[in-house]
Amino acid sequence: MKPNIKVEDWGLINYIEGYGRQMKCVERVIQGAQDHLIFCEHPPVLTLGRMTNPQSLLYQRSEIEKRGVMISSVDRGGDVTLHAPGQQIVYPIFNLNNYGKDLKVYMEKLQEVAVDLLRNFDILAISIPGKRGVFVGEDKIISIGVGVRKWVTYHGLGINVNTDLSLFNLIKPCGLDVRMSSMQKLKGHAVPMENVKIKIAEQFQKHFWK
Amino acid sequence: MSKIILPELGEGISKATIACWHAKIGEDVVAGQEICEAVTDKASFVIEAPATGKLKSINVQEGQEGLVGGILGIIE
Repeated sequence: MKPNIKVEDWGLINYIEGYGRQMKCVERVIQGAQDHLIFCEHPPVLTLGRMTNPQSLLYQRSEIEKRGVMISSVDRGGDVTLHAPGQQIVYPIFNLNNYGKDLKVYMEKLQEVAVDLLRNFDILAISIPGKRGVFVGEDKIISIGVGVRKWVTYHGLGINVNTDLSLFNLIKPCGLDVRMSSMQKLKGHAVPMENVKIKIAEQFQKHFWK
Repeated sequence: MSKIILPELGEGISKATIACWHAKIGEDVVAGQEICEAVTDKASFVIEAPATGKLKSINVQEGQEGLVGGILGIIE
């Protein structure tokens, strides 16, 4: 791994607190600090991206919150998505001034990281033209949503490793009529998160830092 | 007068939707402040005010698409 990349694992962290830490990290990278690759998980929360259609929430807000799921509006592209324990969140805080200042290329590299990650676990995933995120068959397994400030990225990937998929019944994930899947569901057993994190770091090394 | 331009976002990206404006017409803005957000392909891009002054016009409203290189608003 390139020495100018800092990998941090924040463990289970409240979404709002995690967002605040992300923004501080973004500011540091804007000021010239090294790129960061952050791992974490969030307690159950629905995040509403900039393009959220209100109809993507299938229950009243009060009903959702009664089920212990927070709701938070966020400054990333895309519609609604869900984060919950067992879903590995990856926040690449990368200065795209060093990677060619091209959002499309960056998004495509994230897609490649996601597809190749799953291949490491013998899961054949695909990208579907016109749809961000990564799918196994027609089921979505990894969500992608990004924010960029002064060409420094934040937000990133939500990888369903051992996520409680029943929580996705609260929403139309990403505004799509799509079923969600997880590595656990496809493998038939829980997948050790530590192994996933190691493979994620390897894939970022391959696609971004080679 | 200073134009707020939708910048180049990457090869093949010719337009983006304005998700929100952080200033209203007539408000004072400062060069470098975050003034609006453009969204393309699940990426949200923060655009900054190019100059200090008053936001005179918003040419691309929230929810509308702007063209790369096009004028999103004017600061005077």
